Amino acid sequence: MTLDFVELDGPCAGGDAVSGDCSGGCGGSCAESGAGCADSCADGCANGCDCSDAPEAGPETAADDCGLAPVSLKAAPSTGGGKPGKAPRPKRPDFVSTTNACKLCTPLGAMLAFRGVEGAVPFLHGSQGCATYMRRYVISHYREPMDIASSSLGEKQAVYGGGPNLKKGILNVMKKYDPVLVGVATTCLTETIGDDVGGYLREFRNEFGDLDLPEIVHVHTPSYNGTHMEGWNAAVRALVDQLAKDRVEPHGKVALLPGFVSPADLRHLRDLITDFGSDAVILPDLSDPLDGPALEDYTPLPEGGTPLADIRSLSGASAVIECGRSLAMTPTGSSGSAGSATAGRVLHERFGLPLHAVGLPIGLRETDALVAALEAITGKPLPRRHELERGRFVDALVDGHKYVSGKRAVVYGEADLVIGLVSLLTEIGVHTVLAATGTRGAHLAESIAAVTEGLLPATPTVIEGADFEEIADTAEGLSPDLLVGNSKGYRYARQWNIPLVRAGFPIHDRFGGHRLLHVGYAGAQALMDRIVNAVIEKTQADSPVGYCYL
Amino acid sequence: MTTATAPNSTATADCRDADLLDERKKQVHRAGQGPIDMACNRESLAGAVSQRACVFCGSRVVLYPIADALHLVHGPIGCAAYTWDIRGALSSGPELHRLSFSTDLQEKDVIFGGEKKLAAALDELIDLHQPKAAFVYSTCIVGLIGDDLGAVCRKMSEKKGIPVIPVQSEGFKGNKREGYLAACKAMFQLVGTAPTDSVSPLSVNILGDFNLAGEIWIVRGYLERMGIQVVANITGDGRVDDIRRCHGAALNLVQCSGSTMDLAKMMKEKYGTPHLRVSYLGIEDMADSLYAVAEHFESVDPGIVERTRDLVREELAALMPRLRDIRRDLSGKRAAIYVGGSFKAFSLIKAFRHIGMNVVLVGSQTGTQEEYQELETVCDPGTVIIDDANPLELSHYVRELDVDVFVGGVKERPIAHKLGVGFCDHNHERKIALAGFEGMYNFAREVHASVMSPVWRFVPRRSKRAAAPSGADA
Repeated sequence: MTLDFVELDGPCAGGDAVSGDCSGGCGGSCAESGAGCADSCADGCANGCDCSDAPEAGPETAADDCGLAPVSLKAAPSTGGGKPGKAPRPKRPDFVSTTNACKLCTPLGAMLAFRGVEGAVPFLHGSQGCATYMRRYVISHYREPMDIASSSLGEKQAVYGGGPNLKKGILNVMKKYDPVLVGVATTCLTETIGDDVGGYLREFRNEFGDLDLPEIVHVHTPSYNGTHMEGWNAAVRALVDQLAKDRVEPHGKVALLPGFVSPADLRHLRDLITDFGSDAVILPDLSDPLDGPALEDYTPLPEGGTPLADIRSLSGASAVIECGRSLAMTPTGSSGSAGSATAGRVLHERFGLPLHAVGLPIGLRETDALVAALEAITGKPLPRRHELERGRFVDALVDGHKYVSGKRAVVYGEADLVIGLVSLLTEIGVHTVLAATGTRGAHLAESIAAVTEGLLPATPTVIEGADFEEIADTAEGLSPDLLVGNSKGYRYARQWNIPLVRAGFPIHDRFGGHRLLHVGYAGAQALMDRIVNAVIEKTQADSPVGYCYL
Repeated sequence: MTTATAPNSTATADCRDADLLDERKKQVHRAGQGPIDMACNRESLAGAVSQRACVFCGSRVVLYPIADALHLVHGPIGCAAYTWDIRGALSSGPELHRLSFSTDLQEKDVIFGGEKKLAAALDELIDLHQPKAAFVYSTCIVGLIGDDLGAVCRKMSEKKGIPVIPVQSEGFKGNKREGYLAACKAMFQLVGTAPTDSVSPLSVNILGDFNLAGEIWIVRGYLERMGIQVVANITGDGRVDDIRRCHGAALNLVQCSGSTMDLAKMMKEKYGTPHLRVSYLGIEDMADSLYAVAEHFESVDPGIVERTRDLVREELAALMPRLRDIRRDLSGKRAAIYVGGSFKAFSLIKAFRHIGMNVVLVGSQTGTQEEYQELETVCDPGTVIIDDANPLELSHYVRELDVDVFVGGVKERPIAHKLGVGFCDHNHERKIALAGFEGMYNFAREVHASVMSPVWRFVPRRSKRAAAPSGADA
């Protein structure tokens, strides 16, 4: 594809640092080819092809490519008789099952993305349980109401089709919520019975054309295909694809597709763009819907989110910034579920908007890349406030570096979050020894190599399609000093008696997880403070001396 | 629409009863206003945001606490991910139940069938974890692609020498109730498969407590003081071998009628085991339950009634003074209850009376017509009774009835909190034991801690009242 959009211009861009040219049959294809490869490995490559070697083979090759001394990660010393765990954990070579998943299901991501549109009701076309489970999961993180409507299919509808329930469900949602938009996502149930949601919605619009209908956007999100991030990306793409159809007068706003970040992150990004003197259209914008004020009267729908009018008039934006290195490199979901383009590419191709593809702006260099894009778009220099934040962060890097220099981290979660976190960790001197995501086909190894190149003695081990047990199996040979990721890694941090620095989603075991700031120079500062303090706290707690001066 | 203000202002929840969706009207009733005729156990209405879950959820919560079994969810990842470590379900020993196992079905498996992957998953996981039994949960998709769960389980059972039991819990085939039944059927396959040599004639099984925060240990403590042997916990702190020999117990104690009554009925039919419905929540219900057990065994052990009376007296002597202060603070405050099964609501209404509070709203996800009729008889006139409520309805009544504390699960919490109403978690996520006499004190303290917090002075809904000179809300 020869699009004239601005390429990823972070550190090491185009360095081709990791070719993914892993030795040994299945290894390379496992790390690279994504969807379906782990399965084919498990099923087809039984002879002498050990999938579990794949992630380890990758980095060795990567180290060669980067001109660094090859480090055999297999031989990484488990100092002190294996810091993590007392008893050796049973290993799980080439397991087909998943234990303690490091991912959530596809429709959950779509529901969250739809929640970020003003006046929207996220709607699941499937059985009742899916909506309830997802609501519970989301509520436990954000501590905010999260209504998800469901077409509540029963046995009859599973046999005869879910069309009538879908239509009735939307009518009921209209009656109770008066929504501006209904975001319909499918589930494994409705995808498997072959419901033609697009067709049902066309019928619906014909049958009830006399009513004041909300916009209805739909997206295919079978949970047997991808993770919540594919669902998120597919929903964002669907919003743009199905709503931003007309060319409008240029309004000069900056369109930002931020990826899955926290309400605090979204507020910070809006401030950044505002400080550049531009208005922003942020899609989706969860900041107010999932972090709202106390209310006197309950509103069926929370305030805030991206206004529908702003989505419809995206063609008038001065440029679009799309965050996520992994997103930029991979199709959003596989064929048939979401199409192959990202929301940013849709805007670029449809309206010729300049597209700036950057990473999630976590850490110094990834934020610099976002700032560079904003400087290019607005023609203005970095505003003083943020320049000072950057300066203070660099100052903090120096002040704090000794506490964390050479500490070994395991990072896990959504691919783009992991890339950002690894980038930051690398800048503050922490060595990421393992970077893992539950997603497949995320091209994680390439991005990790890009953000660590020249700054780490060895490129980290990278695993895609990982569950927490695989992460743990791998991590135990790597003697990590800390974990960085969502709260689902806690049991391993506890087992190994090392700190878990919480970031991303979900954070179910701490208060205020959705208020954590990750992005921008201020986010880098906040993350660094928490990481340094986690290490200090551990040192303090383990010390026989009751230091109160560290 | 270009406005940036709330686009939904017309729907701001100023709903009266009349604004209930027509289909929902038969699922709301005000106590004392005409005969109660609730249309329950309906399928949830499409488009209404039900607080209900699915068949799988019902099975999963019931079987989950069996700590030495492998719980393998056969389906795409969501169903396993959302139920990983979902409840406290404390174990005094193994903790295999706290791991989340899934076949993580992919598109290819959906097209070509998931049986091969299921067999391989069972093979590897049983070898690795050496469980006493394995439960294999069917999810929506398995019901559609037609995997023969039974055949795979039979084969693996023979190969591994442990019971491998299919749980027919396809999500779309009903609501939680069907899931409870599927779980009971699965457990019933274990019952009667081990010898009952050492079982005392004074013995019970505890059904329908899930030991979320150690409740079953409290209840076992009381029973042991009465001289009664507990054969099996079903299922809190549960063990496969105990369930296998639980048909040797002389009596089944059934709490949470919805989830395990089916198993009690099956055992009654096949083994003649009688059962008692009990509740461990609140003072009367806990005491009544223990007395009922004592009466049941009186013919075998005449001293048991006296022992039980002593136990209750002792516990109450310790409890009542501790409740007095709490009651003084909470007197006249108003509570709302929304729970999974309606049976729990009975106990909660009584428990609230002990701390001087009035229950003004009570509802459940899965109550039956009979249960709601019975519920009305213990409610004050005007109390709103609601079946399968949604957030809009709940928030409407919370405001209309001026509720001080809401008792519910995690899905209800943000509704209460958003409106500036106190909350007590009586569901999966709680970490404080609420059963027995000491549980009553914990419950009272929980409610007190929420209701008496100074934060309500600052929330919009209450700020006016708190600003009033009397300061009655202190």
